[in-house]
Amino acid sequence: MADTIYAQASAPGKAGVSVIRVSGPAAFAGVARMCDLPALRKAGLRQIRDDRGQLLDSGLVLCFPAGSSFTGEDVVELQVHGSLAVIRGVMENLSKLPGFRPAAPGEFTRRALENDRMDLAQVEGLADLIDAETELQRVQAQSSLSGGLAKRVDTWRESLIDAASLLELTLDFADEDVPTDVDTDVAGLLRSVAEDMERELRAADVAERIRTGFEIALIGPPNAGKSTLLNAIARRPVALTSEIAGTTRDVIEVRVDLKGIPVTMLDTAGLRESLDPIERQGIALTRIRAAAADVRVWLDDGSTKVPEGMDIVLLAQDDDGTRGGVSGKTGAGVTELLGRLQSLLESRVPKDALALRNRHRASLERAIASLREICGELTSSPSELSAQRVRDVIRDLQELIGGVDTEDLLGSIFSRFCIGK
Amino acid sequence: MFHVKQSTVIVVGGGHAGVEAASAAARMGTRTYLVTLRADTVGALSCNPAVGGLGKGHLVREVDAFGGIIGRAADRAGIQFRLLNRSKGPAVQGPRTQVDRGEYRAAIQNAISALPVQLVEGQVADLLVRDGRVSGVLLDDGAELPGDAVILTTGTFLNGVIHMGGETTSGGRLGESPSVQLADRLYGQGLPMGRLKTGTPPRLSGKSIDWSGLELQPGDENPAMMSFQSTGPHLPQVNCAITHTNEHTHDIIRRNLHLSAMYSGNISGKGPRYCPSIEDKISRFADKKSHQIFLEPETLVGETIYPNGVSTSLPRDVQIAYIRSIRGLENAEISQPGYAIEYDYVDPRALTAELEVRDMPGLWLAGQINGTTGYEEAAAQGLVAGLNAASSVQELPPVQFSRTESYIGVMIDDLVIRGVSEPYRMFTSRAEYRLSLRADNADQRLTPKAIELGILDARQRTFFENKMEQIDDARQKMKSVSVAGKTAREAGVNVAGDGKKRDLYALLSIPNVGVSTILSLSPDLAQFDDSILRQLENEATYSNYLDRQVQEVSRVRRYEGLTIPPDFNYQDIQGLSSELRHKLSIVRPTSIAQAERVEGMTPVALNTLIYRLKISRIDSVRVG
Repeated sequence: MADTIYAQASAPGKAGVSVIRVSGPAAFAGVARMCDLPALRKAGLRQIRDDRGQLLDSGLVLCFPAGSSFTGEDVVELQVHGSLAVIRGVMENLSKLPGFRPAAPGEFTRRALENDRMDLAQVEGLADLIDAETELQRVQAQSSLSGGLAKRVDTWRESLIDAASLLELTLDFADEDVPTDVDTDVAGLLRSVAEDMERELRAADVAERIRTGFEIALIGPPNAGKSTLLNAIARRPVALTSEIAGTTRDVIEVRVDLKGIPVTMLDTAGLRESLDPIERQGIALTRIRAAAADVRVWLDDGSTKVPEGMDIVLLAQDDDGTRGGVSGKTGAGVTELLGRLQSLLESRVPKDALALRNRHRASLERAIASLREICGELTSSPSELSAQRVRDVIRDLQELIGGVDTEDLLGSIFSRFCIGK
Repeated sequence: MFHVKQSTVIVVGGGHAGVEAASAAARMGTRTYLVTLRADTVGALSCNPAVGGLGKGHLVREVDAFGGIIGRAADRAGIQFRLLNRSKGPAVQGPRTQVDRGEYRAAIQNAISALPVQLVEGQVADLLVRDGRVSGVLLDDGAELPGDAVILTTGTFLNGVIHMGGETTSGGRLGESPSVQLADRLYGQGLPMGRLKTGTPPRLSGKSIDWSGLELQPGDENPAMMSFQSTGPHLPQVNCAITHTNEHTHDIIRRNLHLSAMYSGNISGKGPRYCPSIEDKISRFADKKSHQIFLEPETLVGETIYPNGVSTSLPRDVQIAYIRSIRGLENAEISQPGYAIEYDYVDPRALTAELEVRDMPGLWLAGQINGTTGYEEAAAQGLVAGLNAASSVQELPPVQFSRTESYIGVMIDDLVIRGVSEPYRMFTSRAEYRLSLRADNADQRLTPKAIELGILDARQRTFFENKMEQIDDARQKMKSVSVAGKTAREAGVNVAGDGKKRDLYALLSIPNVGVSTILSLSPDLAQFDDSILRQLENEATYSNYLDRQVQEVSRVRRYEGLTIPPDFNYQDIQGLSSELRHKLSIVRPTSIAQAERVEGMTPVALNTLIYRLKISRIDSVRVG
């Protein structure tokens, strides 16, 4: 049975709505663990939850059966909020579902092609798709493999080739005058790659924020002036402001540049107990987004107890700026606030870290788990099995470390060992 | 099927490729000629007196599964059998045997004479070409031999040049003349050609070696035979011996390095990295103080010894000096000096997967002429060329070999898609489905195909069918007997000692569980032959892991079914880099599976290709 693949189908980075597409035989069964599936070909607004039942987002879910989907397989589309945290959360959860793995580049198209999901009109349309996909990948490959990352990825590649070729040495050249016990060396190489990958994954968490931006949530009681403050920051009327409490029911985002650091400011629904079902949903979303944001700014009007976990607490509506607070209406304290945010974010920016796409992150996580498992069983498992498993890891990482074929392994062997009786 | 005229296949060359090609073509029912310089050299071993080994043993078994000659001849002539990697899993074990040169040649010649193959002595001077199709060969005495297909298996004879120190002589083997005119014909046809190099060590007189004090290497106590049908060695078994070079040896070679043909600048051909000359070993691995040498008897009585590990192109007097610096060889006499040989090969990317020259229909190539090295690699290509030349002239469908089912398929695909940069040798690491392509199951993988082609003799066919019946029975029996975890644990199987029942076949797939454990749990399995039970043990060893490869295999098979028409135009395809377009038009893959393996192919480029293929089909349907 084919794997079920998933990927973000909309462009990576910030967007209002992000589409995550799932295709394969386990698509329906898998996604059904995260939300109730709507009827086929009907959009349904669903609460999407992780494996512990925590709400990830609420979004539109669409199911297409094999006979009438883009790929010719069962397909589920999740339209979620374009927040990094939301996308990350959904993708991470998908990766845990049985039979699921991130799609390789071009794989959705490949499946569509293989399943003959094309009439002439679709074929014409696909030509554009392929061109777009190519361009996107070129740009992505260049941006993700610059400088320090390229160097580290090369080291992984070399270590993995060395480990695989040591194993092959004992299999293909057993009748030669070469070392026969390579387990210690192989384990050392594999372990160091796994550890290095783990370090990168941690650093990448922060680095990814630089690429796609930090999120700063403006939170506070209703009518504390959050939307007005956002407008002042953006210097344009982007957020809908009003005197009526509870006007902002969805999360509104404004992208600003804080001296080179891309930042998304989130204007959120005022936090209060509400009976209005729509407002209540807005409040629930606010809590999710605020919890996931990098920085939380609380605008305090004294009406509500300041919740825990706030990074900055400011007195709201300090129109004349005499009380050290902020006011969107007069602009008092806005410059000071931006300065504080900037230095706070700068302190979190790592100097040289790997920018990872979600797809790469999932590949690395799988690779680390496999490498640790292989190391643990190296001495008890037949070498040809270990060799096969190392090759599988290498193949899974192909997109990151480049293709490795037998010639690479043989080249490594012949350059290091004197082969040939 | 009624034929007005029986089709004719002409095989040129009587080496390992030639004899398998002739055997396959004859068994396919074509009139078959084998043209060779001298009938008494058919089946000669030009290099080391051994058949099989790691990866190579797989090829021998696969050729044997098709009713080929090499395995049976090697068993007939075998004087020391060893199963390499015996301590490792079945997927990487390789059967190998030392053979008596004379006995081997005799066994090959007997096998050929038992088939309807007509031997023709003579040198092929040129190919006959009519209407753009190869239609026979011209012999150097002016005689024409017409045929519907020609298979060239000329080994190192195409423009062969032998180097020994400063001396260079033309020749295909020491003392045998090269094929120059034939090479000119291939160049004249504009085929892409290149030059390769290989070497051979000096041969020593057995009597002149002091064997006392040398480490002896005996054969296996339970020899693993090369052919599925052999039951045991035919000849008495002998030992090999092991000695080593030393610092003094290295000094001599280092001092005379400038005299080596390889360092003289006279040789342009590229040699194999896995079979370096002793000069190369000493210069490239200068810190290695000693190199191993296997002293392999070339015959049962041991009058000639092959010192495996010291191939050279140094002058004869230097060869004597360094040989005599080695322990046990202090008084050794050289009966034939070592030399390097350079020869022409045809870039195998000019061939189809059936080994036919794409631009010269009617011409097939097999063996070293395609840039490979080794008897086993040659034999396997001979089989492929013989089967396909015979199929083609009888208008039967081609006989194809997939990477997913055989080492033969791996080799052919590597050759015609990737080409060669050094003489190509088989390694088990080249087979991505190594765990399922084992030497022990070559017959299960391929013999059904041979039966379908109708090319097996009754004996081999019956033998195989009986064996499969027993394997199926034994497997069925194992699957029908289940034991509780507790019972299994008591028998020494590492499972939870609970009440959960597992069948014996499932238990066999657990690491460290072997036939003896299963027999202790179900003694009536002893009704089956030990070899049958071992076969199931091998099969079960990887069964848990094989499931993971099934998906990949089915994908590759699907792509093999997505065929690319021969006239497919890559130049018009937007979205492919010009480099990739160029490579594709050289290799001319015939399926998406082949295209996927072309160097530089990316997933997106492959999508573009699949997409173009589908459009061209839709277009042709619309037009049609």
